[in-house]
Amino acid sequence: MLQRRIPLVIVFITGVLMSIQYFIPHPISQSAYNIALMWFRGVSSMAYAIAVISFVRHHSRRLKQPQNRFYSAVALLAFLFMCIVGFGFGIEEGTIFYKMYLNVQVPLQATTFSLLAFYMASAAYRAFRVKGFEATLLLITAFIVMFGVTTIGNYIPFIPRLTEWLMAVPNLASKRGILIGVGLGMISTSLKIILGIERNWLGG
Amino acid sequence: MRDFLIKLSKIERRYIYLALFLALTLPLIFPPNFPQKMSPTVKSVFEFIDTLPPGSHVLLSADYDASVLPEVDPMYRAVLKHCILRGVIPIGMTLYPQGAVLALDAFKEAEEYLGARRDTDYVFLGYQAGYQAVILGIGENIRSVFPKDYFGTPIDSIPAMRGVKNYKDIALVISFSGSSIPITWVIYAYSKYHQKVAAAVTAVSAADFYPYIQTGQFVGMLAGMKGAAEYEYTVGKIMKDNGIEKLPPAKAVKGMDANSIGHILIMLFIIIGNLGYFATKRRK
Amino acid sequence: MHISTDPWVWVAAILTLAIFTFLYKDNPLFKFAEHLFVGVATGYGLVIIYFNAFKPNLYQPLFVEHNLLYIIPFFFGILYFSAAIPKFSYMMRWPIALLLGIGSGLSIPLSFQTYIVEHTKSTILRFPYPNTVLFINALILFIGVLTVLIYFYFSYPHKGAIGTISRIGIIFIMIGFGASFGYTVMARFSLLVGRIQFLLGQWLGIHTVM
Repeated sequence: MLQRRIPLVIVFITGVLMSIQYFIPHPISQSAYNIALMWFRGVSSMAYAIAVISFVRHHSRRLKQPQNRFYSAVALLAFLFMCIVGFGFGIEEGTIFYKMYLNVQVPLQATTFSLLAFYMASAAYRAFRVKGFEATLLLITAFIVMFGVTTIGNYIPFIPRLTEWLMAVPNLASKRGILIGVGLGMISTSLKIILGIERNWLGG
Repeated sequence: MRDFLIKLSKIERRYIYLALFLALTLPLIFPPNFPQKMSPTVKSVFEFIDTLPPGSHVLLSADYDASVLPEVDPMYRAVLKHCILRGVIPIGMTLYPQGAVLALDAFKEAEEYLGARRDTDYVFLGYQAGYQAVILGIGENIRSVFPKDYFGTPIDSIPAMRGVKNYKDIALVISFSGSSIPITWVIYAYSKYHQKVAAAVTAVSAADFYPYIQTGQFVGMLAGMKGAAEYEYTVGKIMKDNGIEKLPPAKAVKGMDANSIGHILIMLFIIIGNLGYFATKRRK
Repeated sequence: MHISTDPWVWVAAILTLAIFTFLYKDNPLFKFAEHLFVGVATGYGLVIIYFNAFKPNLYQPLFVEHNLLYIIPFFFGILYFSAAIPKFSYMMRWPIALLLGIGSGLSIPLSFQTYIVEHTKSTILRFPYPNTVLFINALILFIGVLTVLIYFYFSYPHKGAIGTISRIGIIFIMIGFGASFGYTVMARFSLLVGRIQFLLGQWLGIHTVM
């Protein structure tokens, strides 16, 4: 009961209250709304604890494996170092914490994502094949948009206006159809969660 | 010829990587300096800020991290400088922990190049947890969400925050993001409080956000490195017109030169790949 | 060309090159950089969240200002730490339930307004139109949205009239995907261009790059 029923009751009560609160302009409803927002921010500020606990447990376990020991030690030491410099010396401009973020985390994260450019080029070369009407249409649109978004496209007379039209009319229609579907899905999922029909978030 | 095309379409991937690297590097070293022309969606945002009376407040939410740095960071820096040059007070904040130091660095650059003063010309509130609650909370009272700024100064003692209670006192919110956070701003700030919102997003998200511009839910949109380059170029011109000799690095403007050449290369790759595919089909 | 003498720039450059080595193949240098990133990112997140979120939102009001309203969020927040004790880790679901309930409840009416009402309003044809071009664009938009929505309705077989309408929907979807692909190419290349600008500009000091 503690494992599943209490969370479902919490979701139901808070979900229903917050949904109907939107339609009640009374001051008591407004106070309840502000308190709920305050609690939401408070609880959210502690949610990171799960991430830290999970990280420490995972890498502590890997310290026992000879092939992973060094790397997990690096991860744990880096974590400890950031905590010490952050809590010890502050987070303002010029601190070690600030420099570590800008010169260690930023290059590592930015470079990891920049590898996607290479994979995308390789995929476009090897996998993008014109195998039918739909693929041809996709390719022609992609080419027009690629010309249009680059500065070279400004030199071709009709490209900027054609690109703008493609984005603002047929692309818009397609994306709007998709997002109306997504919106309906989101609303129905929210309702299912509140009513306890959707329970995947409870885990195992 | 057929065999050559088939062989070409099966080239080793490391040669593709090398070609791409050269196509993006050479235009940076020998810049072609293509001109920048402002597109309509970027112009909407630019003109909105440009016509605000001095002393207005604009909320710049740095909801991005280093994974989208080259696209979104130049936008943040350019818009921030534009606000300061026009006497508009930018209020910096973020819904992503990683955005905090990135935004702080942008404000420091504004101090260096424009002589902007913290708490007088700009405010930096920092990060807060719980997207929805933050956006909705600002609509009620910004002090309930940010009692202090990033540096620990109480909001009430910050001159630039005088008279700012909620969205009624904020002319525009711009969400700089690599994900769908701008939609979250539309859902909670625009729909409930009718706050004007603009988006400054990566190119990946830009195609999906056009419907929101048409409905008026977004005032305008800066899309990808192109949007950043257009804005950066225009703000650079304003800085020159204002007699500022030392200009910040124009990363997006230079980057778009390289990007343009890279696009030509990708189109060539796709054409060559398909020629090889058709040659293979013919042979069979 | 003036190579940087700032040690931090050299650290950033070496780490950037370490990640790029993965293009050749996975190697110890890349693994080291990867694990360093994970550790630094986790530590960074914890510190920023403590100073910017936890301290002003919970610690200050409850323990300094003694506002007892904050006892409940603090109690729920503490339950997150039950993740460390397998026997009691089910309690982690309670604060998740609180956030999920409040979040879902808040989002229902506003999501309906944002996704359904506004977009339906903007799709409906509203006469008169000032000129033919605007009317044609509005008509294409209306047909596009309708046909795309019908395409995604899989509960009815796509045969006959519905099949034809779905085919028109596919045309719009392909144009949309083509546009997305075109923009995605720019996005991915921008990420790489940014890194090359850093290596050539900040590290090696080639001034034309930035």
